Amino acid sequence: MKFLASTFCIALLAFSLGIFLPWWSIAIAAFVVPLFIPMQPWKDFLSGFVALFFFWGIMSYIIDHSNGSLFSHKIALLILKTDNPMGLIAVTALIGAIVAGAAALSGSLTKRFFSK
Amino acid sequence: MKLFLLTISIAVTIGLIILLDTKKVLPAPLGRLLSPQEGLWQNAEPLDKDYGGNLRFSALKEKGDVYFDDRLVPHVFAKEDNDAYYIQGYLHATFRLWQMEFQTYAAAGRVSEIVGDKALNYDRTMRRMGMVYAAERALKMMEEDAVTKSSMDAYTAGVNAYIETLNVANLPVEYKLLGYLPEKWSNLKSALFYKAMTNDLAGFDTDFEFTNALRLLGEDKFKILYPEVQDSLSPIIPKGTQFYANVNIPSAPVSADSVYFHRKDSIWYTQQFKPNPSNGSNNWALSGSKTKSGKPILCNDPHLSITLPSIWYEMQINTPNFNVYGVSFPGILGIMIGFNDHIAFGFTNAGRDMKDYYEIKFKDKSRLSYWFNNEWKNTDLRIEHIGIKDNIEVLDTVAYTVFGPVMYDESFPDKLKTNKAYALRWIAHDPSNALKMWYLLNRAKTYNDYLTAIQYFNAPAQNMLFASKEGDIALWQQGTFPLRWKDQGKFVMPGFDSSYMWQGFIPQQDNPHVINPVQGYISSANQRPVDSTYPYFIPGRYDMYRGISINRRLSVLTNATPEDMKNLQNDTYNVLAEVAVPILLKNIQMDKLDDNAQRYVEILRDWKFHSDVNEKGPTIFSHWLDSLRQFVFKDDLNKNGLPISLPIRYTLVENLLKDSAFSFVDDINTPEVETLSDIVTTALISCTKPLVQLEKENKLDWGNYKNTTLYHLLRTATMPFAKEHIPIGGGENIINATTHDHGPSWKMVVHLTTPTEAYGIYPGGQNGNPGSKYYDNFADTWGAGKYFKLWVMKASEKSDKRIISTLHFTN
Repeated sequence: MKFLASTFCIALLAFSLGIFLPWWSIAIAAFVVPLFIPMQPWKDFLSGFVALFFFWGIMSYIIDHSNGSLFSHKIALLILKTDNPMGLIAVTALIGAIVAGAAALSGSLTKRFFSK
Repeated sequence: MKLFLLTISIAVTIGLIILLDTKKVLPAPLGRLLSPQEGLWQNAEPLDKDYGGNLRFSALKEKGDVYFDDRLVPHVFAKEDNDAYYIQGYLHATFRLWQMEFQTYAAAGRVSEIVGDKALNYDRTMRRMGMVYAAERALKMMEEDAVTKSSMDAYTAGVNAYIETLNVANLPVEYKLLGYLPEKWSNLKSALFYKAMTNDLAGFDTDFEFTNALRLLGEDKFKILYPEVQDSLSPIIPKGTQFYANVNIPSAPVSADSVYFHRKDSIWYTQQFKPNPSNGSNNWALSGSKTKSGKPILCNDPHLSITLPSIWYEMQINTPNFNVYGVSFPGILGIMIGFNDHIAFGFTNAGRDMKDYYEIKFKDKSRLSYWFNNEWKNTDLRIEHIGIKDNIEVLDTVAYTVFGPVMYDESFPDKLKTNKAYALRWIAHDPSNALKMWYLLNRAKTYNDYLTAIQYFNAPAQNMLFASKEGDIALWQQGTFPLRWKDQGKFVMPGFDSSYMWQGFIPQQDNPHVINPVQGYISSANQRPVDSTYPYFIPGRYDMYRGISINRRLSVLTNATPEDMKNLQNDTYNVLAEVAVPILLKNIQMDKLDDNAQRYVEILRDWKFHSDVNEKGPTIFSHWLDSLRQFVFKDDLNKNGLPISLPIRYTLVENLLKDSAFSFVDDINTPEVETLSDIVTTALISCTKPLVQLEKENKLDWGNYKNTTLYHLLRTATMPFAKEHIPIGGGENIINATTHDHGPSWKMVVHLTTPTEAYGIYPGGQNGNPGSKYYDNFADTWGAGKYFKLWVMKASEKSDKRIISTLHFTN
């Protein structure tokens, strides 16, 4: 339950900050939430990872779907050198996930460090 | 331990962010580019995107509405003329901002700011050519004209109104990929765009190459290889037209024979970044006597680089004062090629030589003064600041003389080691209010209105075609043309006195023109405008065979319809081949050929001279003829790597046609005297191997060989944004002038009935965003030689089902 709440909060906060701040604000969101909803560090990592994996993955999937994958074919070729829209979505989701996971772990460890 | 883990974790997080936000390790900032909230995903437009909405700008005087039809062509209805230009600027920016800004960066020699020092040589070339100087001079004159200025101000304000709405997420794709941001638009940027077009169309010259060729060959041979008028010329102004009797032709300076025609040294520099010599166009108009309806038809297809986004943006502009439809250039206001409720207008390039070089003798290395009219005259030094991405700026000092900027001197290019300096005299440097022409043309109702409009245009000189619903057809070759003594400006001129300067300009009324000719049609296809009876000396780079093809067809045409006109624009018949192939076949020695070469000769024998996609003939022919051209001329001209351009194809063919013992045929590097038959055979043998290779790759078919491609403006760096393998015939010297990456960039047929019946198409799409379905949606239709019927929307048709979005502007 706590895990789901934390994951949901990270995704929501990341989305909100992303409206005003650069893309790396997802790290701020993932760092802050564990300060208030602390769990085991590995769980916090997973929570940040899962939150952004789904947030970025689902959002890029929805955009791609309404675009008929017109653009993702071109961008996948340009960046990944392979014509693979789903691959591009996966890379997008993983980039968000790894950054948020690392940030959530940092948040979790920060909370532990200060609450002796 | 806790602190240690925490430090590591934070360091990893920050490291990841730096890794993904910069290009320090990865080739691209993947985090920034792939974030679905701000990255490239944001440029993936929904297929059913609504381009409509309500916009409020205090700069507008009245309301204005934009109706986008199902091809995303905007139909602009404004109550006030300047509001229309404001909205046009806003629309250009909305759909083409990156393109229009990038083109002005390129014109101003600022590409290094975007891509780094690999563009430095290009940038220095543009600066030294005086592109910014030219734009500043043009802008000064445009802003002295109250009408031009207020229209330009409105357009610029419209572009900037759109730029204001940009944020990281909705920036055009290219800015995200290249990592920079748009600047504010300005009237100077519009002037720069106009100068970029001037350079494309009036920036070609062969002065250095001709100077070398003259020295090498002597006057007689030079005239054979680089003739002024070709025998087969079918000029724009019909042969037999009486030209003006009283003209003042200046005479050459006394010293010309020794210092100009017989100079002592060659020029060892090959110029870079010349405009594409294929830049040209077709246009023709039929009077009512030639058409089925009895109403004139006007057609135009400008041949330019066919890129994505396209150089053209189609639109309709309607105000109480005018109602014009056609294509515009993102970057400047108005409609460039199109029609209104009364007239239609189209352009082809005049191709005349508007660029000359003068050899300058500086007093010393400071370049502060040069020898002119028996004294040391001061130069103006202009310091160019060239910004370089991720590096410090480069300074380049350019000396300006009475002729213009010293383009080449000991500091540029590096290869120029002869201590010689060459100043550029170019029509593009002269003040100009050219945009006023389009302003007036868009509103013109009669031939006289058209005549008034074109007086404002000085460069790049164009064949300006006109047709009206009143039934008139006309063409003026309009521009400001230097008055030259015979052969002046073909070669590099001495810069030491004023007698070598341009001797004024040809009076405008003496420019070649034709109005309602008895033959019932007018056409132009970049050929020499007049035959040799025209009294002025008018060097240039002219095409010949397209003009012949068009006139041949138009002369026999009766009861013409728009459908006939489309077929003519799509015509792939190759007149050059019709003339040249019989010469090749007559002279080939079959017994010296291997099986493959013999087979190729047979294919050519069966070819009916149509350069269609599935024909092998055009591929074989173009290889064989080019090989022959090399064999005939290279031994005579390519000595010690001296920069010389080989004579063009039709010079070769014309000469072989009238003289099979053409003396250049002999290979001067061999003791034997080769005959035409020997050289024709050798030429085929030497290109058989590459042809066999092409055949193995299935590229002998003309369409596969040519592989017509719409490149994105960043060329090979963004191949996924290109459209490749468009199956379309045609080629150089053919009415359908489509080559690998060049050709009819807009095709238009206007039938001046009431209401106007018009057709048009361009290779591309209205939206410059590669993430939009409107990015290249016209390409296949264009490739198939088909057209869209152009819809001149009426104010009463606001609920027409073709309208997909409506954008309302209010003040």
